Amino acid sequence: MSDITLTINGREVKANRGMTVLEAAQAADIYIPTLCHYPDLEPYGGCRLCLVEIEKMRGLPTACTTPAADGMVVTTGSAAIDSVRHASLELILTTHPCDCLECHRRHRCGPYDVCLRHVAVTDRCVTCPANEDCELQQVVDYVGVHKLRIPRDTRPREIDASNPFFTIDRNRCILCARCVRACQEITCIGTIDMSYRGYAMKVSTFGDLPLIETDCGSCGECMVRCPVGAMFPKDIIRPEREVRTVCTYCGVGCSMYLGVKDGKITGVRGVREGPVNHGRLCVKGRFGIAEFVNHPDRLTTPLIRKNGRFEEASWEEALDLVVARLGKYRGDEVAVISSAKSTNEDNYVMQKLARAVLGTNNVDHCARL
Amino acid sequence: MTAAKPGSNHQRTIFICQGTGCVSGKSFDITAALSRAAKEQGLAGVNVDFTGCHGFCEQGPVAIVEPDGIFYSQVTVADVPEIVQSHLRDGKPVERLFYKDPVTGEAIPHHRDIKFYSKQQRIILRNIGRINPERVDDYIAMGGYESLKKVLKEMTPGQVIAEIKRSGLRGRGGAGFPTGTKWEFCHNAAGDQKYMVCNADEGDPGAFMDRSTMEGDPHTVLEGMTIAAYAIGATEGYIYIRAEYPLAVKRVRLALQQSEEKGFLGDNILGSGFSLRIHVKEGAGAFVCGEETALLASIEGKRGMPRSRPPFPANSGLWGKPTTINNVKSLATVPVIIARGADWYAATGTEKSKGTCVFALTGKIANSGLIEVPMGIKLREIIYEIGGGIPGNKKFKAVQTGGPSGGCLPESYLDQSVDYESLAAAGSMMGSGGMVVMDEETCMVDVARFFLSFTQAESCGKCVPCRVGTKQMLDILERICRGEGKPEDMDILQELGQNVKVGSLCGLGQTAPNPVLTTLRYFRHEYEAHINEKRCPALSCTSLTSYFILPDKCQGCGICLRNCPVGCIAGDKRMVHIIDQEKCIKCGTCLDVCPERFNAVLKVSGETIEVPAAPVPVTAGKPAAAAASQKE
Ligand SMILES: Cc1cc2nc3c(=O)[nH]c(=O)nc-3n(C[C@H](O)[C@H](O)[C@H](O)COP(=O)(O)O)c2cc1C
Ligand code: SF4
Ligand code: SF4
Ligand code: SF4
Ligand code: SF4
Ligand code: FES
Repeated sequence: MSDITLTINGREVKANRGMTVLEAAQAADIYIPTLCHYPDLEPYGGCRLCLVEIEKMRGLPTACTTPAADGMVVTTGSAAIDSVRHASLELILTTHPCDCLECHRRHRCGPYDVCLRHVAVTDRCVTCPANEDCELQQVVDYVGVHKLRIPRDTRPREIDASNPFFTIDRNRCILCARCVRACQEITCIGTIDMSYRGYAMKVSTFGDLPLIETDCGSCGECMVRCPVGAMFPKDIIRPEREVRTVCTYCGVGCSMYLGVKDGKITGVRGVREGPVNHGRLCVKGRFGIAEFVNHPDRLTTPLIRKNGRFEEASWEEALDLVVARLGKYRGDEVAVISSAKSTNEDNYVMQKLARAVLGTNNVDHCARL
Repeated sequence: MTAAKPGSNHQRTIFICQGTGCVSGKSFDITAALSRAAKEQGLAGVNVDFTGCHGFCEQGPVAIVEPDGIFYSQVTVADVPEIVQSHLRDGKPVERLFYKDPVTGEAIPHHRDIKFYSKQQRIILRNIGRINPERVDDYIAMGGYESLKKVLKEMTPGQVIAEIKRSGLRGRGGAGFPTGTKWEFCHNAAGDQKYMVCNADEGDPGAFMDRSTMEGDPHTVLEGMTIAAYAIGATEGYIYIRAEYPLAVKRVRLALQQSEEKGFLGDNILGSGFSLRIHVKEGAGAFVCGEETALLASIEGKRGMPRSRPPFPANSGLWGKPTTINNVKSLATVPVIIARGADWYAATGTEKSKGTCVFALTGKIANSGLIEVPMGIKLREIIYEIGGGIPGNKKFKAVQTGGPSGGCLPESYLDQSVDYESLAAAGSMMGSGGMVVMDEETCMVDVARFFLSFTQAESCGKCVPCRVGTKQMLDILERICRGEGKPEDMDILQELGQNVKVGSLCGLGQTAPNPVLTTLRYFRHEYEAHINEKRCPALSCTSLTSYFILPDKCQGCGICLRNCPVGCIAGDKRMVHIIDQEKCIKCGTCLDVCPERFNAVLKVSGETIEVPAAPVPVTAGKPAAAAASQKE
């Protein structure tokens, strides 16, 4: 229920008590650039892009941290805001490969095009895993930074590729701390944190160990919140479409989208509206599905044991054999075991078969984790 | 025991300073030696005692003999027998150890006549140097804990708040927020549990007023804190002290114990029904942990990073509960205001800045140390009267107030009143009370670079303008000091500095550009000289200076050649020596060692001196010849 009213850019906006100014603006479809904000993380106030002017408040408060209050009068753009916002973005770009970001051809540039500006391959947006899905690109396009007046820091920073599922490339990191907050607030492990002070600050593990040598559970909650291409999965194939389903691994039942391309699963994404997981996934759900579904050892056709050896058979043959054999038993003489690696939909049908057709409650599957 | 001669061995107490400065000058040993010697001499009426810091650390270790009021400076263990025999036994003060006025050279026996002290007005530091900080009874004898009794017996929290508001007391931690109003917010905030926090982090380099207060008069901080807790309704308190202050930690812990034993802390204080428990939390020494929200995060065990306000700590502080944070000095003032009344306190100071302020006076100044002065005093009075002026007949150039992110003010501001508003209007600030005096040999670009290098390294890294902006500014300043400045640098510094000030999350970033912006404003010509002429007017930036041996003055003595650490001086006996400019590392050794009567080495910036390509025979025999050749 909307219970407070703000004026944003001269427009009356309804909001709920407890919302931030940013949330109130977003609910009213008013865009404010952000980089460190993430909907399910605590406000941070680090990137300083969401600065606004609020009557009766000193300076330029950040929309993402300021609680919305009844009667607030907010302005999201002015010369003062633009100056500081532009400066902050320019400063962020001095620590991120930015030649492509400044370039007007970025949207048309393909991975095999020759760069007319001789941007190093590793610095090009087209080679970045986050290309076209990058919040920094969006913000640069909105704010419009075309030329840096201050030099870019091109010194190489460490890359941690020790985790089998994802990589941390600090050369692209803008220190928004979303990953760190995700690990602390969402996963509640706190494997990663910011270490060092000032310009030396970086995302690191306790004792600066490679991720694989820590208590990291590889859930990837950090990675999915990275606004840029600093944390990215090792297997990246852009899907053609997504299919919503429920994770098959355990009894929790996390909602997920399977990315599909050419009939194969390319990746998994949590469903934010999923009632049990609110978009979160564990290592198995996030990184373990495409692997087993696409695995070469997986059966793609029924097998029938003949003379002590499994031989490939057609579905007709296999089903005929099952019908012939099962027909000899009644009720609790039968038990049915199905597989957690089948889809929930298949398992549902399986228990229907057991209860309604075979007449037994002896039905179970292996996902008793 | 030998009976002392009548008339000479009156009741006398010698107070040895045991503040950190004097302790490093072996004042523990001096105290022990004095006790031993007094015992050996059988001086029954003589007490050997110690106090906290007197503030005049420059002259340490210091000691005061009461009731005579005699002040001894730079005492050593070797001086002990003479002090004991001559003064404590025979009543004849040791003149040799009197303080000498740096200007007149006159020896001054009495503490009260020393200009460093006579111009001061001590409210916060009132007891320091006069009581033994490890004895609660000393504090009580000075009227200590009377204010707490008055508050608990006669005043409601609302009345306490009203009194503090009326006194005009403003926070001494830097921001100068009215203390009474702060308490009122917290008092009015809804919450089942409230916290009172004392900010004793004191991270400014060179600042030591909070440390001195805790080391020299810890009970006044506890009393002020208990009164504050009563006013806001807190039952738990934290004192956040940096772990680098072991003596302060020790004395505060001892004071807490004594105060509990006396019933001034704990359950049902003085039968009032009000209870308070105070914990000491030792900080790991990050400058930013002095910022109140970072401090709270640190107490909670998190990384010490500030967070945005609102919500303010008064509503959501420690563990989300209403919390008041006050500086050590703000709290030390509270008992005095209660005891002597708001009107008495408000009579000192300016219209908007009441009372006194404490400064750690350092730099190119004769009397460096800790001083307490009334608000509204002129910078000139502090520097020339209390501070004794600039040593070595050097010219004053600038004074920086407010710690590493204060501004540098030029001579034209010497008659500026010292208060929150005036300093802020001049581009500087009150801060926590650092005051660094600079003379003509100080390069203002280098000063800006130096302070920014501190704030940059101490930035917590959370927000972009401070983390990256100060780094970019620092890079530019370093370039300018190296002689690689570009004409557009000044504009970029100005614009970036302004954006960092406005865009940063906390006070650290919001003030870090001050030294740069004020030096750009008041000492622009120095930037221009560095950038356009590659010249450092103060002859301070190494990359822009060079050393030359003047051919018309060099006597060929060879001292410089023998001392140059990199062996870049060519020459021989009675030959004019020559520095290889390519190899010279500009250490200045040759200038230091060249005999004063020859005065043949010259340090210059932005110019070169004509010298022969290889050593030639010395011509500078007579002064006339030297004068003649100089004219050419
Ligand atoms: C970077 C930074 C460092 C600070 N350090 C201190 C400090 O060491 N001691 C202190 O009392 N206040 C410090 N402050 C100010 C505190 O945030 C806070 O304003 C103060 O403790 C409030 O107490 P007061 O109202 O009694 O002054 C610092 C502020 C900033 C931004
Ligand atoms: S994968 Fe999960 S556990 Fe590992 S660092 Fe990221 S959020 Fe933390
Ligand atoms: S790795 Fe990504 S999410 Fe983490 S701080 Fe860097 S940019 Fe932000
Ligand atoms: S201004 Fe500096 S110290 Fe303050 S939050 Fe930002 S980065 Fe941290
Ligand atoms: S400045 Fe130092 S290095 Fe240079 S000539 Fe003199 S002594 Fe040698
Ligand atoms: S989104 Fe508000 S500061 Fe980053």
